Amino acid sequence: MTDASSLARKTWMATLAKAPARRLAALMPELPPHSVLRQPEIGAVMVRGRVGATGAAFNLGEMTVTRASVRLASGEVGHAWVQGRDRGHALRAAAVDALMQTGAAADLTSRVLTPLQAEAGAARSIRAGKAAGTRVDFFTLVRGEDK
Amino acid sequence: MYVAVKGGERAIDNAHQWLAEERRGDPAIPELTIPQIREQMKLAVNRVMAEGSLYDPDLAALAIKQARGDLIEAVFLIRAYRTTLPRLAASRPVDTGAMAVDRRISATFKDLPGGQVLGPTFDYTHRLLDFALMAEGDAPLPQARPIEAPPSPFVGEGWGGGAPRMPHVTGFLNRDGLIETAEPGDATPPDLTREPMELPADRALRLQALTRGDEGFVLSMAYSTQRGYGRTHAFVGELRIGTVAVEVDIPELGFAVEIGEIELTECETVNQFKGSKTEPPQFTRGYGLVMGQSERKAIAMSLVDRALRWQELGEDFTGAPAQDEEFVLMHCDNIQATGFLEHIKLPHYVDFQAELELVRKLRAEVQAMQEAAE
Repeated sequence: MTDASSLARKTWMATLAKAPARRLAALMPELPPHSVLRQPEIGAVMVRGRVGATGAAFNLGEMTVTRASVRLASGEVGHAWVQGRDRGHALRAAAVDALMQTGAAADLTSRVLTPLQAEAGAARSIRAGKAAGTRVDFFTLVRGEDK
Repeated sequence: MYVAVKGGERAIDNAHQWLAEERRGDPAIPELTIPQIREQMKLAVNRVMAEGSLYDPDLAALAIKQARGDLIEAVFLIRAYRTTLPRLAASRPVDTGAMAVDRRISATFKDLPGGQVLGPTFDYTHRLLDFALMAEGDAPLPQARPIEAPPSPFVGEGWGGGAPRMPHVTGFLNRDGLIETAEPGDATPPDLTREPMELPADRALRLQALTRGDEGFVLSMAYSTQRGYGRTHAFVGELRIGTVAVEVDIPELGFAVEIGEIELTECETVNQFKGSKTEPPQFTRGYGLVMGQSERKAIAMSLVDRALRWQELGEDFTGAPAQDEEFVLMHCDNIQATGFLEHIKLPHYVDFQAELELVRKLRAEVQAMQEAAE
């Protein structure tokens, strides 16, 4: 796989993983014919941070994750790793990952991925807007002893 | 010694049934749902995730419900659950410089590039009970005032697409060489959930222990340094709360993918440092990073982290508890602590029988000696 195509795949896999499971299911109610290569498996990922934000890695704690892999009738293999414990989310994300490697990619992008990205972007903007509303400029006062 | 006891099955069953009833409380009052706890008791959920060391808001909310609001019991439930999960991978270290910040303040620089963002904070509230929250629909709650959001070039960094990063305050001091740096390393960090903690611990292991440590314990340790037991002259250089993406290398693909987002609180302290035999006078740093919106814990963690670095920085050991790595690390885990503490309420009949016989024997000996003397 070329760098450009793996970058595209990274992007759609991230979009699928971060999307609310219910939204993904609503946008993509029917799964294509497929066989399950790896049944959805719930596990943990150890999340790491860096000492002093930029230094050596340390273990912060785990998060729940579900992974799954499917193969379409046409042969394409799709994988998913998604936060949380929703097996349906992982299976559906894996199916979309597989479909994105087929001729259905353009249709899926406009029907599923673009709306998910737009919704995520809107949610972020709302939150960023609220944060911006709490921006403050502190100013220091001249005290007696400074005169 | 703890020995197995038999019997009492029926009493135990009845006790558990009564527990379930008490958990439910008055059936005339609607039952709490998990989403209600997750959304409306969020800081309790955050604490259970941080100390349970597992980021999953729904499970933390369930644990709080099951534990009747006893947060340490809830942490216990989460810790027990996490041991059942297979470890699928470790993430790449999260990039807090790319955090989408809800809150970001500095007590050292009022005009920090990127701006001070208060976020949804209890700071500057009057700490007066708000009886409007008690009205429960009888009186309409005041409508939230829409927040006028001035367009800002800084807020929302990390919120996707080419937005500039939110620089760390310590980076500004670093430009002048006034503060120690934290150089990246690629070593695999030690993991106390996999191997028993060994002392002396490196800083990575200490941070892992502190971030899952009991908030009350870490707070008290930090407070003790402020009161003079291992003083480190800490300022909050920066405190930020927001979400970061978690990226994992997917073995079947050969590249890394963002698998989700978690909320974190990060605190960096800037500490006065007069220099030592090995280090020039410069500012030093303490670091705190905690799951969820947990700023008290993150600040406390960064103070304790800094206090524990006395040896590395060539400072004197003053005998302060917060400087004592063994004292801090071996006692900060509330599940280990409560496990050992609470086990003494369980049947110790054989132990106690031995003690009883010993005391009786000693008394008899003393009595015999007294009688002989008379």
